[in-house]
Amino acid sequence: MGNARDLGTSPDEVQFRFRDDEPVDHAAVTVDSCCDQTNATAVRIEPGDDARVLLPFLDRLALVEVNFPVFGDGRGYSAARILREAGYTGELRAVGDVLIDQLSHMRRCGFDSFAPDKRLDEEDAMRAFATWENVYQRAADARRTIADKRHEA
Amino acid sequence: MYRYDQYDQAMVDARVEEFRDQARRRLEGKLTEDQFKPLRLMNGLYLQLHAYMLRVAIPYGTLDARQLEMLADIADKYDRGYGHFTTRQNIQYNWIKLDDCADALADLATVEMHAIQTSGNCIRNISSDHFAGAAADEVVDPRPYAELMRQWSSFHPEFTYLPRKFKIAVIASEKDRAAMRLHDIGVRIVQRDGAIGAEFYAGGGMGRTPMIAPLIRDFVPIDQFITYAEACLRVYNRYGRRDNKYKARIKILVHELGAAEYIRQVEEEFAHMLSVGVEPPREELERIKAFFAPPPFVSSEVETQSLSTMLEANGGQGSAFGQWVRRNTHAHKAPGYVSAVISLKPAGGIPGDATSEQMRVVARLAREYSFDELRVMHTQNLLLPHVAIADLPAVWQALDAAGLGAANMDTIEDIIACPGLDYCSLANARSIPLAQRISERFAETGRTEVVGELKLKISGCINACGHHHAGHIGILGVDKKGTENYQLSLGGSEAEDVSLAKITGPGFDEDGVIAAVEKVTDVYLASRAEGERFLDTYRRIGMEPFKEALYG
Ligand code: HEM
Ligand code: SF4
Repeated sequence: MGNARDLGTSPDEVQFRFRDDEPVDHAAVTVDSCCDQTNATAVRIEPGDDARVLLPFLDRLALVEVNFPVFGDGRGYSAARILREAGYTGELRAVGDVLIDQLSHMRRCGFDSFAPDKRLDEEDAMRAFATWENVYQRAADARRTIADKRHEA
Repeated sequence: MYRYDQYDQAMVDARVEEFRDQARRRLEGKLTEDQFKPLRLMNGLYLQLHAYMLRVAIPYGTLDARQLEMLADIADKYDRGYGHFTTRQNIQYNWIKLDDCADALADLATVEMHAIQTSGNCIRNISSDHFAGAAADEVVDPRPYAELMRQWSSFHPEFTYLPRKFKIAVIASEKDRAAMRLHDIGVRIVQRDGAIGAEFYAGGGMGRTPMIAPLIRDFVPIDQFITYAEACLRVYNRYGRRDNKYKARIKILVHELGAAEYIRQVEEEFAHMLSVGVEPPREELERIKAFFAPPPFVSSEVETQSLSTMLEANGGQGSAFGQWVRRNTHAHKAPGYVSAVISLKPAGGIPGDATSEQMRVVARLAREYSFDELRVMHTQNLLLPHVAIADLPAVWQALDAAGLGAANMDTIEDIIACPGLDYCSLANARSIPLAQRISERFAETGRTEVVGELKLKISGCINACGHHHAGHIGILGVDKKGTENYQLSLGGSEAEDVSLAKITGPGFDEDGVIAAVEKVTDVYLASRAEGERFLDTYRRIGMEPFKEALYG
């Protein structure tokens, strides 16, 4: 996996962030290194990685980057939800081939920052984040679903 | 029938606006064709040989007259005055312009319809038994469960970029009229000790490696139904192959892992998902069920009529009407009613096509005689689910006058055929003209009636959109040194006695394959025992006698 210092996106590359804390500003390590290195606080997940191997280390992680080398590979959506379901509260950043039309789904799966390879049109992106006023499924964002609203007492 | 509330409507409207915006960004060059492609696919827009094709979803095949009339209007306004009903209970338009697409989608939204997730690597339209809600043999109406899945699978944030497309069918009787075990996930709603639950099958499919889905759980309690489906999908999304498009369907994952290992992983994920709490509130299923309450059938004996009395008064069994009643009606759970199949397979016609005028006739009949309800069948026919026996003569007369009176359900004329080389860029051979010639031939010689139930299915290439693996007789178009060639196979079934057809031997040219179909029916007629269908005889005597007749 080469030099760990080369890995990861810097705060400058983050185009959208839905958190108030200070972003981590050092490089991320691979999932393998993260398991070996007891002090790593930022890690980068590739599509073939099993997000569950990170579960023992969630307490010390402040940033998890999930890489989308091509937008059509949807494994990162499952990785994100798995981390949130396990109680991870740090930054979850979608990086790589992140496009306008994936933003709202990524947000629902628990991503709270976005560092696309190619900067996105701000206006189009804001419209995309706001596309779905309501949602059918329960997911990582804890939004009340349409069914919940239908049956609220 | 299910009705949208303000939430469902807002979701569909939002989708139309989203698509309009995507089309705009495509035109402004902000989206490349590669980036636009999966977005238009998720809105049902395919690029075919000559034009765009729009596939409109008909959830679990149920629609009302107003909706069918809109489908007719769309055929007139944006297409060439006809539509094509598909094996997954959808309708396709073959000549749509990209510029018109958002308007067509907006028109559909006014009648609670859409093209969402009818293609692309996502969970597709949920299909079901076309006799749902009417069949005498169902445990419950499966459609509320399918509707629950429709909502869950629409715009699912985690499962929109799956390794490959994902098709689900939900049924609720022993008889399988939806090819359930040839789906990525097949569900059968069952009753055990008075409780409703679901049997799950996973990893079925056709295409180049056809597989019959194994049972992966014999009872999922109904209040964990969505949670279990979510677990099945998550395992597939994480571990389904993405290195090779032809090995990306869930059937390959289940096959490579082995059913036992797939089941183990699903159970583990399921246990976890139960703790996360993704199941919709219990009341939601009850709310949905209320929409599917049976219509107000007339049930007193004086007013209901038996089939035999009605037939006697109308020319008897042997009349054209009598034959249609015998062939095209199906037992109903309410006394005095039947379900009536409207064949879209006139001898020599294009299987599954209907003109806008025909759609309007059918819509009117549904309103007058079937409690405003209609179905699209996976056999590419239409259905009036609830017709009073006393109304059958009037229904038949109207159908016959519109060219919709063919009495050929489940016969060799009731052919399933894919679009083939007439429309499809992947095709090796034409399917439609072959279907036309075969049905014409059998109708002319009077063989159709003699042979009885015989399901013939034709695909123009190995992708198997025409279900040839599941045909009692299957025909597959192959490319032989640049000329169209057809492979014949025998013994498939998509029903509860599911099996995959076996190839007879070397292929035939177009005339040759028609002659071959006649020869195999000769063998059947010469060998059949009392009450045997073609498929039964084949299963009893095996392939050899057929091979002998074809190549001997
Ligand atoms: C003309 C445009 C069409 C194209 C380009 C097309 C393409 C394909 C492809 C590539 C597959 C194989 C997928 C795989 O194995 O992963 C497939 C499967 C299938 N298609 Fe089509 N198709 C078309 C039209 C249709 C129509 C009109 C129908 C319905 C009548 C249909 C129904 C199906 C079904 C039932 C399958 C089998 C699903 C399975 O593999 O289990 N397709 N199609
Ligand atoms: S089976 Fe082949 S030829 Fe027929 S529609 Fe499917 S992809 Fe096209």
